[in-house]
Amino acid sequence: MIASSLLILGLFIFPMWNILLKAPQYPDGIGMDIWINKIVGTNPNDIQNINLMNHYVGMDPIPTEMAEFVVFPWVIGIMSAIGLGIGLIRKRKLFLVWFVIMSVLGGIGLYDFYSWEYKYGHNLNPRAPIKVPGQSYQPPVFGYKKILNFEAYSYPSTGAYFLFTGMFGSVVAYFVDKKEEEDDEA
Amino acid sequence: MKLTNYLTLFAVLFAIVGSACTQSNNNNGALGGSAAEKVYVAPGEQDEFYAFLSGGYSGNLTVYGLPSGRLLKEIPVFSQFPTSGYGYSEETQPLLNTSHGFIPWDDLHHPDISQTNGELDGRWIFANGNNTPRIARISLETFETQEIIEIPNSAGNHSSSFITENTEYVVAGTRFSVPVPQRDMSIDEYKSNFKGAVSFVEVNEETGHMDLSFQIMMPGFNYDLGHPGRGESHGWFFFTTYNTEEANTLLEVNASQNDKDFIAAINWKKAEEYIAQGKFTTMKTEYAHNVYDESTHTGTSTMKKEVRVLDPTELPGLVYFLPTPKSPHGVDVDPSGEYIVGAGKLSASLTVHSFSNMMEAIETENFEGEAYGIPILNYENIVAGVVESAGLGPLHTEFDGRGNAYTTFFISSEVVKWELGSWEVIDRKPTYYSVGHLMIPGGNSRKPFGKYVVAMNKITKDRYLPTGPEMEHSAQLYDISGEKMELLLDFPTHGEPHYAAGAPAELIAPRSKKFYELEENNHPYAVKSESETRVERDGKTVHVYMTTIRSHFAPDNIEGIKVGDVVYFHITNLEQDFDVPHGVAMIGANTSELLIMPGQTKTFRWDPDRVGVWPFYCTDFCSALHQEMQGYVRVSPANSNIGLSWSLDGE
Ligand SMILES: [Cu+2]
Repeated sequence: MIASSLLILGLFIFPMWNILLKAPQYPDGIGMDIWINKIVGTNPNDIQNINLMNHYVGMDPIPTEMAEFVVFPWVIGIMSAIGLGIGLIRKRKLFLVWFVIMSVLGGIGLYDFYSWEYKYGHNLNPRAPIKVPGQSYQPPVFGYKKILNFEAYSYPSTGAYFLFTGMFGSVVAYFVDKKEEEDDEA
Repeated sequence: MKLTNYLTLFAVLFAIVGSACTQSNNNNGALGGSAAEKVYVAPGEQDEFYAFLSGGYSGNLTVYGLPSGRLLKEIPVFSQFPTSGYGYSEETQPLLNTSHGFIPWDDLHHPDISQTNGELDGRWIFANGNNTPRIARISLETFETQEIIEIPNSAGNHSSSFITENTEYVVAGTRFSVPVPQRDMSIDEYKSNFKGAVSFVEVNEETGHMDLSFQIMMPGFNYDLGHPGRGESHGWFFFTTYNTEEANTLLEVNASQNDKDFIAAINWKKAEEYIAQGKFTTMKTEYAHNVYDESTHTGTSTMKKEVRVLDPTELPGLVYFLPTPKSPHGVDVDPSGEYIVGAGKLSASLTVHSFSNMMEAIETENFEGEAYGIPILNYENIVAGVVESAGLGPLHTEFDGRGNAYTTFFISSEVVKWELGSWEVIDRKPTYYSVGHLMIPGGNSRKPFGKYVVAMNKITKDRYLPTGPEMEHSAQLYDISGEKMELLLDFPTHGEPHYAAGAPAELIAPRSKKFYELEENNHPYAVKSESETRVERDGKTVHVYMTTIRSHFAPDNIEGIKVGDVVYFHITNLEQDFDVPHGVAMIGANTSELLIMPGQTKTFRWDPDRVGVWPFYCTDFCSALHQEMQGYVRVSPANSNIGLSWSLDGE
């Protein structure tokens, strides 16, 4: 359980999600790494270049400041501290409670990600030079999507795997702890 | 899907993949060994080698891919180049400055890639200007000319720009001997009065910057080509001479009378000792040294005033003459450094001297005479072998690293493969037509990549569709990996390639720069964002600080310019992506367009000569909205009191 609490801190060391865009003009792809507290280019100038492409269809630049960038690190930090606490006092049932809360928070996070993407892809400047009737530019939350000349790939990144492992670890910890107790009783 | 379905799917997939493999194998079998397949670089694939071909009278260097023969780029070196604005932009004009002022052209002859320990290191390529003697250094990261140094006391800088095996020096030997210092004298007094300067230009190990270290003031012969020693002969440099007759008119006859001319062997390590001992004279002269700074994106020209001169007639052990038949053109040292191949261009044979024989002859002072106090070694003692009746009119030799040499023969129009040591001819293949030099990637170094040879021909005739009286020259590519050479490809070349240098792609491609960092742009007129763009007046001079980014200029409306103003447009390309240049051209500007790379700043000058509203536009199809990338400048009468204003989208 202690390991679980520490693993989710991996979100501070690694990006949690990656969106990669490929197009004829970008054979190697350009992309953004979504961190818990920022969005940065996969390569040094990718954000500028994505913004340059997107301004033609009237999309806003990728934000450098978002409420999420402030809230998420606190949430993860606090959850890690709580996890550490219940790990130390070894209240087994709380392991599961922690897992459930994390799952709910994860779900909220994903929904938040989706709604940002929705806004990012649909909120278009009416004066945009290129207008394609009915076209939106929302990247996928997970998986592949063709958006005009771009092929968009959206997948979890290293940070997310730390998160998943941490969360799953809390469940494992629950059962291991339970088994040890049963063995002791036997 | 059920498991069985999956299995079926796999089986089908496997069958398809399997049959595809078999098919392509069959294709290989059917086409195996064909010339077409050997030069075919499929769409999307890249070549195995870079080849840098001199452009001769184009003044520039062309870059080809081998084995495809595809033209990859033309690098402007000694000539103005409107395609990029080289030599037109305010930043690059200083690169073409000389002691004679701005010269927009030269005759580029012999590219040579920098070496470390005698092997190609792929950092820079040097090239010589023959007409107004100069040497240029081109970066192989940016493929841009970074430096040009003028060579004083010289004329016809032909035996240049060859480098020593650690790029200690790049050399320059004069083809036309001249009075030194230049003075008003009768041409008839040529003999023993004219001098042939051989220059050693030091190359800074880190920066590549060139510095004319010293000149050796040789007798007034014609110095034709040169080659550094390597291995045991490192520290020596060999130059061919002709016109040892010292004729000053009708050279085709008068300079072809001596049965033997010389290869001059210069001990440059000895020269360094004499310099250290102070045994030089400092001569007043004038020559330009032009350096392009990649961080300011700007070239500067400095006039140098003196040069250190060594007198070989007074300094023993500095120079020896190796008698070599028939006005030798090429002098080429084999990868081991032992054999010095002289190509007597009016002869049918090749003369190969031995370095160890030469050293022995020097030690035992086995001289057959002297010329102007310089010892002439005894031919019989130094010669290692002769490749007899190899062809007619040998010019130049390179090596494959497997003990074979390849020599061009101009008159008999062929490439001849022969073996070092046995001096036997192994193979010969015709060229189309009248080949000058040839090039094996690394073929003039310790480590040749002996897979292909490129023959550069002087005459084209019927090889391509006719294009009026003037035809581009033609190159031929041969596969030399086997015992016999195999002609693979013809491809047209630009200008007149006198020589070329080649290197494996993996030595150069990974370090090729993709764009310039905007943050590192120290151009004095650079602006890093649209908010800094502005227009400033200083008397009649106006500076426009402008930016480009897809797909607009900022600012794109300018008012308050007056007839008689001198307007400098300083344009910074804010893009930070590979292969996204923007261009700019202004109606009526007496200059070329500019092509500005991402992160770079370039400047052009405009002298508005009439009232009106004048457009400018982007010349490079940069984006979907490229056609919209334009702007206007309002020009008012000279006495107008309209103040400067500028805007983008009304702001
Ligand atoms: Cu443009």
